[in-house]
Amino acid sequence: MKKRLLCLLLAAVLAAGLPAPAAFAEGEDAVAVAPGYDYTRFQGAGVTLNVYNWGEYIANGTDGSLDVVRAFERLTGIRVNYTTYDTNESLYAKLKSGGGDYDVIIPSDYMIGKMIAEGMLEELNLENIPNAARIGESYRSRPFDPDDRYSVAYTWGLVCIVYNTAMVDEADLAQGWGILWDEKYAGQILMFNNSRDAFAIAGKLLGNSINPRSEQDIAQAAEKLKEQKSVVQSYVMDEVFDKMSGGEAALAPYYVGDGVTMMADNPDLALFLPEEGTNLYLDAMCIPKGCRNKEAAEMFINFMCETEVALANAEYICYSSPVTDVPPLLDAALRDNELMYPDEAMLARCETMAVLPEALNSAMDKAWSDVRSYDASGGGWVMPLLLAAMLALSAIGYWRKAARRRKNQL
Amino acid sequence: MPMKKKTVWAASPYLVWMAVFIAAPLAIVLYFAFTDKAGRFTLANIMGLGAYTTVFSRSIVLAAVATAVCLVIAFPISYLLSRMRPARQRMMQMLLMLPMWMNFLLRTYAWMSLLELNGLINRFLGLFGIGPLHMINTSGAVVLGMVYNYLPYMILPLYTIMVKIDGSVIEAAQDLGANAFMVLTRVLIPLSMPGITTGITMVFVPSISTFIISRMLGGGSNLLIGDLIELQFLGNSYNYNLGSAMSVMLMVIVLLCMSFTTADTEEMEAMV
Amino acid sequence: MKKRRALSTACFVLVFSFLYLPIAVLIAFSFNESKSRSVWGGFSLKWYENLFRNEMVLKSFAVSLVIAAAAATVATVVGTMAAIGINSMGRRARGAVMAVSYVPVINPEIITGVSLMLLFVVMRTGAGSALSRLLGRETQPFGFGLGTLLIAHITFCLPYVIFNVGPKLRQLDPAIYDAALDLGCSPLQAFFKVVLPQLAPAILSAFLISLTYSIDDFIISYFTSGTVQTLPIAIYSMTKKKVSPEINALSAILFTGILAIILLSNAVDSTRERRLRRAARKEEGKA
Repeated sequence: MKKRLLCLLLAAVLAAGLPAPAAFAEGEDAVAVAPGYDYTRFQGAGVTLNVYNWGEYIANGTDGSLDVVRAFERLTGIRVNYTTYDTNESLYAKLKSGGGDYDVIIPSDYMIGKMIAEGMLEELNLENIPNAARIGESYRSRPFDPDDRYSVAYTWGLVCIVYNTAMVDEADLAQGWGILWDEKYAGQILMFNNSRDAFAIAGKLLGNSINPRSEQDIAQAAEKLKEQKSVVQSYVMDEVFDKMSGGEAALAPYYVGDGVTMMADNPDLALFLPEEGTNLYLDAMCIPKGCRNKEAAEMFINFMCETEVALANAEYICYSSPVTDVPPLLDAALRDNELMYPDEAMLARCETMAVLPEALNSAMDKAWSDVRSYDASGGGWVMPLLLAAMLALSAIGYWRKAARRRKNQL
Repeated sequence: MPMKKKTVWAASPYLVWMAVFIAAPLAIVLYFAFTDKAGRFTLANIMGLGAYTTVFSRSIVLAAVATAVCLVIAFPISYLLSRMRPARQRMMQMLLMLPMWMNFLLRTYAWMSLLELNGLINRFLGLFGIGPLHMINTSGAVVLGMVYNYLPYMILPLYTIMVKIDGSVIEAAQDLGANAFMVLTRVLIPLSMPGITTGITMVFVPSISTFIISRMLGGGSNLLIGDLIELQFLGNSYNYNLGSAMSVMLMVIVLLCMSFTTADTEEMEAMV
Repeated sequence: MKKRRALSTACFVLVFSFLYLPIAVLIAFSFNESKSRSVWGGFSLKWYENLFRNEMVLKSFAVSLVIAAAAATVATVVGTMAAIGINSMGRRARGAVMAVSYVPVINPEIITGVSLMLLFVVMRTGAGSALSRLLGRETQPFGFGLGTLLIAHITFCLPYVIFNVGPKLRQLDPAIYDAALDLGCSPLQAFFKVVLPQLAPAILSAFLISLTYSIDDFIISYFTSGTVQTLPIAIYSMTKKKVSPEINALSAILFTGILAIILLSNAVDSTRERRLRRAARKEEGKA
């Protein structure tokens, strides 16, 4: 039964898999690129690039947007293997453990600084990336990469709170970040599923910086996060889209760009920036060490800085673009959104994440594990009890086996 | 098979493979569990596990509950299945196993849309005015996910054993005056014990080590051992040593469970 | 009697609806016009269209197939050879080998995945530093990818092959092999002409089981795949983002495919059985 079944499964499935995806959509307009750069150098050379980016972070052709990856493939003849990750830390873990096969990655500021310090990034050959000059002055020479040798800015933005106007009382917003701890919304609050963002918010709530300066800061923030656990529905990253759009949760801290996207899906949603200030982040494109085709990777980075491409991305993912030409070309709705392109006053209230020293990093990692596994109901006695029970059960098992053997021998 | 002793060497590629890819990795896990980042011997990782006792106990408790529920559901089904006509048996067996062939992730994901606050079940209940039940992101949802995914693994061994139980034994017991309860406890359960123990093993071990079910259905508050281990290796808290210590602890728990159920070689082979 | 029949039917109905409800919902909403997973917006096939244009999913499906075929093949060959060798071992050696062979079967998948990942990391850093010293510059000997994925899949398929072929091997009649030798075959010829054909059903079954386990594996692949994505990994990354009913469409396709194959194989089996029974009856009639 099973054999024949599986044999047929194999046959059918091979037959289905053979008409492989050759479906390059026709009728897509070619992308206008700046002259003077030879994008066709690798035509027909059978090059494949592994691009590793955040989820929902590139225009992919849905809703009438430009399919950036597809356009790049068609323009250059380079195949792109585009995969996604959900946090900087999982990117780091993947790279550290041996995924050195990625050619382009797009980490956040503090992670880039950390990777540079650990020698995980290749120095960029800026002659291959002339479009890097289009990046605005304020997005270059950042503390994490003072000489712009390792990264080219991709997006920037703020962290805000996305809330459902139908489920949240506007008056409560006066609590600032504290609303995420509000018992009134217990079970309707989502929280960041990564350590830096979560600790940043806890730090802000305690009146500290978003960057913990000592192990004490970390411990205090961890305590705050443990307090919050009783009201948190779920720790999420991109799962937040579904939950907020579907009205499953009332409050979620998240990135402004994604917030704007969520608002388009669910008109009940709105964004809010607490008075205490927030995190201003910058994500940039880098090339990991050991990349096999650095020039092709640099070509990809250059392509992403083309005006039309950056514009398509900015319109689709709604994050703020660092390319100078882009904001004037945007829809008024996006351009005038004060959270997407904040004024000086708001920027003054923001901090950027700093690279933490090794000791603080380890402390934060451990604290994050503790926070995630913390259970307010205690029950520390259960484990030894269970262990004792299991030992007793296995002892009984052995006794039974021995008794059976003795019986068989008789 | 009286082949010459030379044929023992046919197994050599496998032995090498086994040594490199089964034995060595476990040794490496042990190594990482007992060293720190610099490679010095330390017991700190194992001691550090004490902070996560709640996670371990939650995993064991949830897995035990899921196993018990599976057993309760699977027992009558397997029995009824084993008493059917052979032709119908095969058809029913296939229909019961069919969900198992669907991708594990898709099956778990399917429950998300059912259990959510605005999911189908709550919408259905809402038609009768029953308030939205808070089902997802609870321990109950995790147990439900475990039962749903691993029920076929309990049905299969039980069914295999029960099919071998001769119907006349049960009839004889009934003739001797046993009521249904006595037939169950004195005849059926002892005879199907090998199936029960195999089934328990095949459900408990995956349940205790899953991280997908707890991630999709449990929200963040129902962290299981699998989640913790994944956090240390590919997730946020990049710490191989702690993760290896947790893996060693998990293996110890699984070994304890196995030694209790004492499944022996022939049953394992029959299962596979 | 009737009451028991009613009870039994009720049991089955309950269990079946429990098992099939989520799948039915998944499939139903794959035809949904809107993106919602719980609100019906109208009938539409657009998610199927989107799925067929989704290169990531199609490519990961191809990867899954290739890895499964390769892993199953290698595992079957090596496993069959191993089963033969193990059969000729002394009792203690056999016990030890079988005990270690059980480890990937019994071990939770996450531990197998994690241990293999650690092995590859150690091999990579070790080989990397050795190579660097040899060549005098920084080199990466290999990355995680198809290679590591294939090795991992072969590793967890091997025990299943051994546990499938082993028992069949033990059931074989040794006299036939001896007869072949007596009739002038060399041991190797005797093996290929006598033993292998008898083992064929078990070997085929082992191959297919390995194929199934390999296609469906998620956890072990998750830890050892690197940049490569198999279908389950692609599905997992889809569930971590803005969920699109393309997943529903994928489930529907997988489910109908499997159902069709099961029904087909059932039909083939029953016609074969009917034919055998007819042949047997004819034999009896003649006798």
